[in-house]
Amino acid sequence: MTKDTTSPETPTENAHINDTEITPEIVAEHGLKPDEYEKVVAHMGRTPNMTELGVFSVMWSEHCSYKSSRKWLKKLPVSGPQVIQGPGENAGVIDIGDGDAAVFKMESHNHPSFIEPYQGAATGVGGIMRDVFTMGARPVANMNALRFGDPSHPKTRHLVAGVVHGIGGYGNCIGVPTVGGEVNFDSCYNGNILVNAMCVGLARTDKIFYAAATGIGAPVVYVGSKTGRDGIHGATMASAEFDDASEEKRPTVQVGDPFTEKLLLEACQELMASDAIIAIQDMGAAGLTSSSVEMADKGGVGIVLDLDKVPCRETHMTGYEMLLSESQERMLMVLKPGREPEAEAIFLRWGLDFAVVGSLTDTGRMVVHHEGRMIADMPLEPLADGAPEYDRPYTPTPLAPQIDPSQVDDTNITDALKTLMGCSEIASRRWIYEQYDSMVMGDTLAGPGGDAALVRVHGTQKALAVSTDVTPRYCLAQPIEGGKQAVAEAYRNISATGATPLAITNCLNFGNPERPEIMGQFVECLEGMGAACEALDFPVVSGNVSLYNETNGQGINPTPAIGGVGLIEDFEKAVGNAFIQADKYIFVLGKTEGHLGSSLYQRFILQDDAIYAPPSVDLELERKHGEFVRDLINAGIVDVVHDVSDGGLLVALAEMCLPHNVGCHIEDDNTAGFWFGEDQGRYVMVGADADKILAQANASGLTLSYLGKTGGTELTIAERVHISVKELHDIHENWLPDYMKTV
Amino acid sequence: MQASVIVFPGSNCDRDVAVCLEAATGKKPTMVWHGNSDLPDSDVIVLPGGFSYGDYLRCGSMAANSPIMKEVVLKAQKGTAVLGICNGFQVLTECGLLPGVLMQNAALNFVCRNTRLIVDNNTTPFTGLYQQGEEVVIPVAHNEGNYFADDNTLDELSGEGRIVLSYAPEDNPNGACKNIAGICDASGRVLGMMPHPERCAETALGGEDGKRMFTGLVEALS
Repeated sequence: MTKDTTSPETPTENAHINDTEITPEIVAEHGLKPDEYEKVVAHMGRTPNMTELGVFSVMWSEHCSYKSSRKWLKKLPVSGPQVIQGPGENAGVIDIGDGDAAVFKMESHNHPSFIEPYQGAATGVGGIMRDVFTMGARPVANMNALRFGDPSHPKTRHLVAGVVHGIGGYGNCIGVPTVGGEVNFDSCYNGNILVNAMCVGLARTDKIFYAAATGIGAPVVYVGSKTGRDGIHGATMASAEFDDASEEKRPTVQVGDPFTEKLLLEACQELMASDAIIAIQDMGAAGLTSSSVEMADKGGVGIVLDLDKVPCRETHMTGYEMLLSESQERMLMVLKPGREPEAEAIFLRWGLDFAVVGSLTDTGRMVVHHEGRMIADMPLEPLADGAPEYDRPYTPTPLAPQIDPSQVDDTNITDALKTLMGCSEIASRRWIYEQYDSMVMGDTLAGPGGDAALVRVHGTQKALAVSTDVTPRYCLAQPIEGGKQAVAEAYRNISATGATPLAITNCLNFGNPERPEIMGQFVECLEGMGAACEALDFPVVSGNVSLYNETNGQGINPTPAIGGVGLIEDFEKAVGNAFIQADKYIFVLGKTEGHLGSSLYQRFILQDDAIYAPPSVDLELERKHGEFVRDLINAGIVDVVHDVSDGGLLVALAEMCLPHNVGCHIEDDNTAGFWFGEDQGRYVMVGADADKILAQANASGLTLSYLGKTGGTELTIAERVHISVKELHDIHENWLPDYMKTV
Repeated sequence: MQASVIVFPGSNCDRDVAVCLEAATGKKPTMVWHGNSDLPDSDVIVLPGGFSYGDYLRCGSMAANSPIMKEVVLKAQKGTAVLGICNGFQVLTECGLLPGVLMQNAALNFVCRNTRLIVDNNTTPFTGLYQQGEEVVIPVAHNEGNYFADDNTLDELSGEGRIVLSYAPEDNPNGACKNIAGICDASGRVLGMMPHPERCAETALGGEDGKRMFTGLVEALS
């Protein structure tokens, strides 16, 4: 796609855009392959005009149609007694008891955030919140999973600052707390950063709203902001690789207005309290086109739109532009006939646009009128479901070798710990999360910095636990284990608070699926994820796929981000992950064999960039450990729990010392592999009654090892290691602010 | 005590403060839409935090010109207690009930974290349950909390005991003059503060230091 076709020329008085002859070049500029275009012609029964071609191109883009991924997504477990709505709607819905439901989804905004980080990230947050409140839920928590390039890359600092400002600018204004997330830095993201935003909302199970439009003749209503020329072909951009000219795509990035979204949220909630709405869909990727196609297709009806009624912010917009604009903060609804006046009164009171732009028909077609002319007449079914589904060739990732233990030097545990605590992957994210309002709404029980965030269900004793996780370096080395690990870590983080993991959403970020090795990463990561979801009763209820995260042929590490949601019945039983008091007993649950392949120790201490096998995940044990941890927390036998992940056991212990400046003494010394190995399925557990904790582990047949006791202001190991918690704290806190200050 | 909470388009701490007021008074505060021109009788009027009018033009400036603000100013002049929190403080400076301005934070970033505050004046209806000089922990969350006024105004504020809350000197999150976190008018019955007492009024949320502001109001005004 070149610059001059992102938005075709506004027609002169004589030439309508639809009079343009469709050439193979125009087809290619729309991102359609020649054989795909042949299918379009076959479905239409004639040559499409420009407007119709534009509609097909966005609906059949990878971003909207999932044409490379659908075959594999179908294999993921999506059901369970807790699932009210699985994938396929605006967001997933799970039952959390007492008539309450949690509604959540995660979505990528990678391509726009690289081109324009503030607006790209801001509109990512806005879009995911709309997905959630479209379902009738009030958003109560935002999370984000961010991947940036190497800290030394000249663009990284600018992208971090812009993305963080964008996320804060949007979420803070709308008044939904940003309660957590994760951040990685790796050179594989130098040309393609990842911005994955997750939103969790709360609804009543009997007030969930869906997208399926029914009722022939029912009015189709447009509400929210006016339509402009921003974001035209955003979905197509998000379905292509970058090259050196990608920054010219800035005009395809949307511009967000969180104030309008706040008004839209309140107005929608007010209207949803009535029974006037038949169906509702937000205008996200591919805007008016995809919202009307999806609503009509899901309801098995047709739709007729009159674009002259669409509120526009710019003059002389063509129908093509109106249909493909991705202007933000807009919704499409189907109302019960006759209910327009009461709905209009609500939206006008909130200062928003309200326009009846069409109606439902029984034709199964989408017919669009503009300026006295019918500019598009297309069958709906092929637009929604007729996109080609590809079974792309793939090659499995070869098995990586095990790391050679003889290259590991045990001599300096202290220096290694200091290096890791201040490395880009582990250093405190405070500089980022203090720019987010994590407390608004008055229900954040545990905000950023813990294992999982805890957000109270307003007015109850229940709380949701939310965590986002993936370890891309594991996914690169061995996608099956990496896929399992991402799901298992979310399960572990939620369990570590005492909450029961219920379901996940995902955001699957990969390179170009037309390359068999990338497709192989995708297939194998999903295989691992699926196995973990199955074994842990942790089904997928929503998600998003972002492919073509590639620049000049260089793909990102496979990054299937998982957003997990769990529930604790009584939030007063939940525990934190930091030492609080001295003289408590510290244990580690799970075997520590010292697996250093693909660990942070390998990257930062050995500085070996070869690919070695990551730790494997024993799913059966993972489940038993999670149940054991939750049981002990809910019985009040342990009062501090932290999962062991990046950097291994010693990093986990150091992290537990920092928040309250409470040190610990570990009795027995061990090898670097023991301290920094990233063996899976482990938790550090702390309690006052050592015998009871050990007895419980014995009774369950689980491996639980005593490590030492809390107390003092140092982290010490036997006679060898003595580090002040203050020093660790400073190393951990200073890296990111120092980095962001450097010019 | 009857409380009213003014709701501007873009207010987002209106519910949070209503929860605290209800807990303290035992009855629901009246939520008053900004476009109304009449304000029900109330003992305290709260201007909540948020982004009224999206903070467009300048924080608080458009809200200060909302129809309801004429009534708020009138009631304040007649002695009704008014509490402006965060964006509400910005509205109070914009409508002239309090002097000075709230500029962008010195670090140019939004900041959300706990801050240590000193209660410099416990004789207002808002601070009667705190000890004079007591240190409390209350969170801030703002992008424009950097209080500024000319030297004469600052001298007047400190001379008259109208600096009600200040950040502990080493914990000033925004560069505010004299570490000012909250000031009152000459009557002591209009308080504007950047920190959010409604966010720390129960232990589950990390502290109860904000609770006494609401229970203290009930004692002072009932």
